[in-house]
Amino acid sequence: MNYLFNLAQAEIPAVSRIPLVVIICYLGLLLGLALFSGRFFRGTSKDYFVASHSIGPFMLLMSVFGTTMTAFALVGSTGKAFQKGVGTYGLMASSSGLIHAACFFLIGIKVWSIAKRHGYVTQIQFFRNRFESNGIGYLLFPCLVLLVIPYLLIGVIGSYRVMGPATAGMFTDLFPQVGPLNGSVPPWIIGLVICGVVLAYIFAGGSRAAAWANTFQTLVFMAMGVLAFYLISKALGGVAAASEQIYPGHLVRTPSELEVTTKAGAFQREIGIPPLQFLTYMFIPLSVGMFPHLFQHWLTAKSAKSFRLTVIAHPICIMVVWVPCVLIGLWATGVFNTPPLAEWPKPVVSIMGGTDDAGVGKVLSVVVKFLIENPLIAGMVTAGILAAIMSSLDSQFLCLGTIFTNDIVLHNQPKERFTDKQIVLIARSFVVTIVLLTYILSLVLKDVQNVFDLAVWSFSGFAALTSLVFTALYWKGATKAGAYACITVVAVSWLYFFAKSGWGGEYTVFSSEHRTDDGIMPVAICFVLGLVSMIVVSLFTKKPSDETIKKFFP
Amino acid sequence: MKTGIIIFVFIALAVLHQDIWNWDNGNLLFGFIPVGLAYHAGYSIVAAVFWACVVKFAWPKRLEEWADGGE
Repeated sequence: MNYLFNLAQAEIPAVSRIPLVVIICYLGLLLGLALFSGRFFRGTSKDYFVASHSIGPFMLLMSVFGTTMTAFALVGSTGKAFQKGVGTYGLMASSSGLIHAACFFLIGIKVWSIAKRHGYVTQIQFFRNRFESNGIGYLLFPCLVLLVIPYLLIGVIGSYRVMGPATAGMFTDLFPQVGPLNGSVPPWIIGLVICGVVLAYIFAGGSRAAAWANTFQTLVFMAMGVLAFYLISKALGGVAAASEQIYPGHLVRTPSELEVTTKAGAFQREIGIPPLQFLTYMFIPLSVGMFPHLFQHWLTAKSAKSFRLTVIAHPICIMVVWVPCVLIGLWATGVFNTPPLAEWPKPVVSIMGGTDDAGVGKVLSVVVKFLIENPLIAGMVTAGILAAIMSSLDSQFLCLGTIFTNDIVLHNQPKERFTDKQIVLIARSFVVTIVLLTYILSLVLKDVQNVFDLAVWSFSGFAALTSLVFTALYWKGATKAGAYACITVVAVSWLYFFAKSGWGGEYTVFSSEHRTDDGIMPVAICFVLGLVSMIVVSLFTKKPSDETIKKFFP
Repeated sequence: MKTGIIIFVFIALAVLHQDIWNWDNGNLLFGFIPVGLAYHAGYSIVAAVFWACVVKFAWPKRLEEWADGGE
């Protein structure tokens, strides 16, 4: 079957600005709520970093879930389903339901207990004490920062991919440009607003504001995902009619190829999920065990009991968000080929085209914009997508500020050197710097990569490092030298595969000549190498002191 | 014993995640949901039930008490 994308560069007619007004109202509301939460700020560094361990079960679930589901949740799931087919859910969502919850139960609760008992606020403090080594902090610090940065970029660049099509045609006089995004709000304004809003509430209320904002945003994006599903299915004549026109190759996981024609010529798109990739992709969700921003969210919990709801409800929350989005992505495979498209505005297909897969990230916003004709609803759904993006950004900004402050600036300084007020000021200054850097980097890199492939590389690095935290928590024999070996081997192997991928493209090991995705996910190899290094080196090196064992193994 | 059962069920769930029998099944369940998607949606519910059982029967109570004794 030939998917013909009509790429006529037609001008988009002036369109309603109501969606933008809705988005601005949403951002205002979010800012107001988060700033209100700042009124509960106690002025202490502990409150700024971990909300004085005051977050209850529901807010912990919402903030952990919201943080885990970045632009991937709504935009990525729809785009990947459009690109690869029905296997997307099993590949990324159902496995996460099992593995994420395992990480929360096995790592989160234990880390929370140890951190609460000994007063840690960052991962690095935990590892420095567990492995009796200051140096491990300096080794781990650049690894964590370098892995969080692409994750941050996913969010900001994701917002460009969403807002571009959503605002196309709104300001043809003010922001003219050639192509389907003529008249759209330019990325520099989108990034400035998104980063500015997140910065404002992180600045004001720290982790408590992040938890409040995440709860609100998670509820919004879950509701908007379901609303988009309902309205899109209605526009397509009901769920049955919408599903009947799905391209057959997308209904199965069997790998096949789809010919796509664009203005740059025809190309083959790989669809389906090869078995080896499906199997080894199960290592990716392990990343939540090492996300530094999630670590910080765990520490905000009021008690260990607060984790119960998170562990149980997380798989259900994933299902509520991902099933509708995957179905929308599948429906889009039919929508962009079958008769209704003939009557669609030409710019729709133009936005979707392109020989790279950058257009994949725009599937949801394009479908919403052109299938849901109500601009108010379109604005609400777009706001929901931004909510998913921002609910991760805030935690990441905050955690980077926290680890800079605690693990670099304050580390090795006498306690009386800085007052609590000064510590909060230092953290805030770092957050501002990181936001600024992210903003600039996102503008430089906005067209370079398929943003979701870059995300998988970030997740892979964290997932491979999960062997470190797991052995630290559950094996008394894990030694300092073993930890160094684990981090070094993971970093080197990850960098090797990252370079082989062309610095961020889709890549699997031992893939065939015909496809790039039918081999083993690099994360599986990095994880096993890291774990084996930890075990082998620990067996032959000096064991931790009895005092440390007593401190970490109650 | 309890830990052994949990590990066994966890591994069984990881194996069931592969559902090779659905690989080529392009049918629609209830007329709208692809079988491959319906299976994994159901899998998410089973995962939630599994973790509810783990929380109920294997909650680390001692660890919780130890943490509260700190600071």
